[in-house]
Formats: sequence, C-alpha cells, structure tokens
Amino acid sequence: MRLAGFVAKRLVIAALLVLAVSVAVFGLLWLAPGDPAQILLGSRAATPEALAAVRAQYGLDHPVWVQYVHWLAAMARLDFGESIQTREPITTLLAQRAPVTVELALYAIVLVVLVAVPAGMVAAARRGRPTDRLLTGISTLAVSAPPFALGILLLSVLGAELRIFPVFGAGDEGWDRLWHLTLPAIALAAGQAAVVVRQTRASALNVYGKDYLTFARARGLSGSLVWRRYALRNASLPVVTTVGLLLASGITGAVLIEQTFSLKGLGALAVSAVNTKDIPVVQVITGFVAVAVVLGNLAVDLVQVALDPMVRKQVLG
Amino acid sequence: MTAAAPATRLVRRVPRIRRSKPMLTFCFLFLAALLVVVVAGQWLAPQDPSHQDLLATSQGPMPGHLLGTDQLGRDILSRVLAGAQSAVLGPLLIAIGAMLVGTALGLLAGYRGGRTETIILRACEFLFAMPGVLVAIVVVGILGGGLQVAVAVLVVLFAPWDARLVHSVVIQQRNLPYVEAARTVGLPTWRVMAVHILPNIAPTVVANVLLDFVSAIIAVSSLAFLGLGLPTGSPDWGVMIADNRSLLGVNSLAVIVPAVLIVLAASAMTVVGDWVYDSLASSVAGHE
Repeated sequence: MRLAGFVAKRLVIAALLVLAVSVAVFGLLWLAPGDPAQILLGSRAATPEALAAVRAQYGLDHPVWVQYVHWLAAMARLDFGESIQTREPITTLLAQRAPVTVELALYAIVLVVLVAVPAGMVAAARRGRPTDRLLTGISTLAVSAPPFALGILLLSVLGAELRIFPVFGAGDEGWDRLWHLTLPAIALAAGQAAVVVRQTRASALNVYGKDYLTFARARGLSGSLVWRRYALRNASLPVVTTVGLLLASGITGAVLIEQTFSLKGLGALAVSAVNTKDIPVVQVITGFVAVAVVLGNLAVDLVQVALDPMVRKQVLG
Repeated sequence: MTAAAPATRLVRRVPRIRRSKPMLTFCFLFLAALLVVVVAGQWLAPQDPSHQDLLATSQGPMPGHLLGTDQLGRDILSRVLAGAQSAVLGPLLIAIGAMLVGTALGLLAGYRGGRTETIILRACEFLFAMPGVLVAIVVVGILGGGLQVAVAVLVVLFAPWDARLVHSVVIQQRNLPYVEAARTVGLPTWRVMAVHILPNIAPTVVANVLLDFVSAIIAVSSLAFLGLGLPTGSPDWGVMIADNRSLLGVNSLAVIVPAVLIVLAASAMTVVGDWVYDSLASSVAGHE
C-alpha cells in the first residue's frame, strides 16, 4: 500500500508541475513587449478591424484567467492553433519537424550507451592507469564543451576541411539520413557521454570494492565473468537513471545542434519562432519539451523504485 | 573552523601540485593567459577589431592578418582577442549573481526550516524541472534586450542549484552548538545566518562559483551563437562562430579558433573548479 501512496504522490507532483509549466508557457504572450493582439496579428496590416478580429479569435477581451482556461482546454485537446507567421496549423509544423529531432536524440542516446558505458567500465577497471586518465581527461573536455562549439569543430574539420562528412542538412531517407546525422549526433552525444562515463566509472568503482566481488574473484572466476555478471549488473542502476534523464536533456540540446548543422527540426523551429515572435509556436514547443522533461523525471523515479530494492526501502521506509 | 584556514592551505599546496599534475598546471596557465587577454585584449589586438579592410575580405591567413579576415574584412585575430572580454564578463556576473541569490535562499531555507524551507525547496524543484537552455532562449528571445536580460534570466535559472547546495550544508550546521549558542544569546536571525553560519560554509560556496562559471560560459556562448543577448557583429566568440559559419572551407580558422577557445576556457575552468572544490569542500564536510 505504501507503494501506491508513493506512486500517487509522485503523480500529483508531476501533475502540479505540468500545471505550473502551463501557466508559465501561457504567460509568454504577456512577456513579449507590446499589445498581445498586435503580436498575434503578426505581419498582417494592423487595421482596427483586423485587431478586433484577432481579439475575438483569441478571446483577448475576456479576463486573463478565462483566457488561460480556454487556452489550457485547447492544448489538452491537442488543438494547438496556427502559426502567426505562416498561418499553418501548428500540428502540421510539428509533424514536419519532429522526426529529425527525435531521430537525432535517439541516435545520440544509442551512441552514448554503446560508447560511454563500456568506456566507463574500462576506465574503472584500469583506474589510475594511463587509459583511465585519458578517458577521464576526454570526458572532462566533453562535459565542459558547449555542444554547438563541439559541433562546429567537427563540422569544420571533418566536414569542410577533410570533406569526409556532409556539412549541410539532414539528407534523404535511410542511409543518407544516418550519414548526415552522424556528426550532429556525435556533437549532441559527447556531453551526455561524458556524464555517463563519469557515472559508470564511479558506480563501477563503488561496486569494485564490495565483498561479493572480492569473493567472486577468490572463487577463481575469470576477470571478464566477474565484471559482466557481478560488477556490471550492480553498477548499471545509477547508469540507467542517468541515461533516462539525458533523454530529456537531449531534446533541448538538439535545439543548438540543429542550428549548428542547419537541420530543420523542432529546435530550429523554436529558434526561428522566437526570432519572429511567433508566440503560439513558441508556446507549443516549450510546453511540449517541458512536459516531456517532467514525464521523463517521473518515469526515472518510478523505474528506479521498481528496479532497485535499496531505493525502494529508502522511499517506502 | 574559519574560512581562512583552508584558503591558506590551498595556497601552500599550489607548488606541490605544479610538480605532480601537468594537466592542472596547463589549465592554470591557460586561465592566466586568458585573464591577461580579458584585461588587455584591446591593446594586444594588432588592429581595431571593427576595422573593415574591404580589399581583403574572407581571406585565409596572410601577412598582416595572421588568422585571416571575415566577410567584412575584419581581422580575426583582433576580434578573437577583443572577444575574450564578452566571453568571460557575462558568465562571471551570472556565477556571482547566482551565488549571492542562491546562498541567501539556501541559508534562509536551511536555517529557518518549516514553511520557508518547503516553499524555497519546492520553487527550486520547479526550476529544476524546466529545460534550462530552452527557457533561456525563449525568455531572452521574446523579452528582447541585451546582455542584462540574458544575465538576469540565467541567474534565475542557476540560483536554485546554489540554493540547494547551500541548504544541504546549512542543515548540517544548524544544530551544531555554536549556532545554538548564538541563538541563545538572542541574536537576530539574519545575524546568526550572515555572521555565524556563512563563514563556515563559505568554502563550499566559493568553490561552487567556479563550476557555475563553467555552466555560464556554455549558456552565454550558446545564446550568443543563436544571436541572443549580444548585438550581431559584436566581437564575441559565440557571435563570431555564427557569423563566420558561411566561411567554412574558405577561412575555417574564423570559426575554429573561437570554438577551440570556448572549449578550452570551459574545460580549464572545470579542471581548476573540480580541484578547488575537492580541496575546499572536503575540508568543510570533514569538520576537522
């Protein structure tokens, strides 16, 4: 029963966070300098009739809280309205732009898991030796490099100078797409991978000193077996958590990466919407990402409790 | 138990470390050089960073322009040197601002406890749940305005992390005898917090400023790269990367040099920050 209570509490907190996010996102329209009706009119001529029409369309004559409730209801129905720049339905824009961003984020996560987890294990196994120092040094570099700066370096050296990789756009479907997304995915993955390398190394070292590992070795089990069956398993929990949290941050990281590599994804859409003060588009994307982050955190909390008996004991008393 | 003790020990430790940790030494030297350029960049620059040599636009390295020129014929080397200032000053303001706000909130939450603590910690959690970079881009972009707005927004986004850290060390302190003694004498709350608790947690706070500074370098240069927070055309590393992106393959150095400098500045700061953090923060946790 305590478990049900814990899950219920987490759900309530997540719901409150989503509600708070919605208020903040709704408030973006009032944050922009100038009259909301004028802003929502976009580039159309500001005749009194046009202004009145916009006020009626968005219900700007109602009290703010009524507007908020209407807006929230529309969002909940996934009725996102239209871009004030292009007049396209925002749903269409999202459908066009989301695939590249999602592919990029997934590609990066795959790289992180395939490269960073083994690298962290190796660093831990060879702790204090040159391999460990090299890996730790690289991860320090990667964790403090802004993703866009790293991206532009990859782009200028491997793309423009050595001409190994394409420098522009997302390419066609299939292999070409994968090829075009490789540098962006590396740039996005580097910072995340650095975090995972550090995390894996730390948690493997933590496991390394444990009695059951010494005992496994004392029984004469081979080194690789000890690592795989005993160390990796117990070290993996915090790593799973970190990777989960990184998925959410990957979406925001993609904003800068898309701009760097001229990819037409959600991030590039957000940046151009911010620059043209296309508030409805900004609201939908920001809300979308913030809710994704909240849900990601919720999932990580719950998964942790489901997987780890120690955490379960801690939160459930 | 005073803040001075770990600080002097830190200074005494420097020569020993120079012998044993080449990486750390390199980072210190790089940051020292950066500091010189930040202070004296304008005088070190061989040319006026905004002077347009229209007979030599988009050139690769050549005599007179060691790193070549951009599309307007401006000298890249001069702009890189002049740009150090804006790469460092904004982040510095943010790190210090976040430290001040975060420390005040963390002290208040940790020492007062009760409802104050709950409200402050919940507010922090709300900001943790936000996608920080995106929030900064959206708010700075929509509000418009220059560096001041970017600095203010990033202080708000960074302060909760400081507040949580300070809170976590204050709650270790609040039940120690010296705090109770100060309270028993009848000192007002602010005095107990500012005069008695603060000096004991100062090392943690100071060490954390350096790590905040790294995050701030990343955030400010990212915003500048997107054209936010700084006027276009200003000599700034992030702005230069965005402006000169079209020169890739023509004069790639115009992009590579600022990018390498941002990466190096942030990494060197991380290495030094980690080291200071380990040296100072551990001495607080240990209570000697």
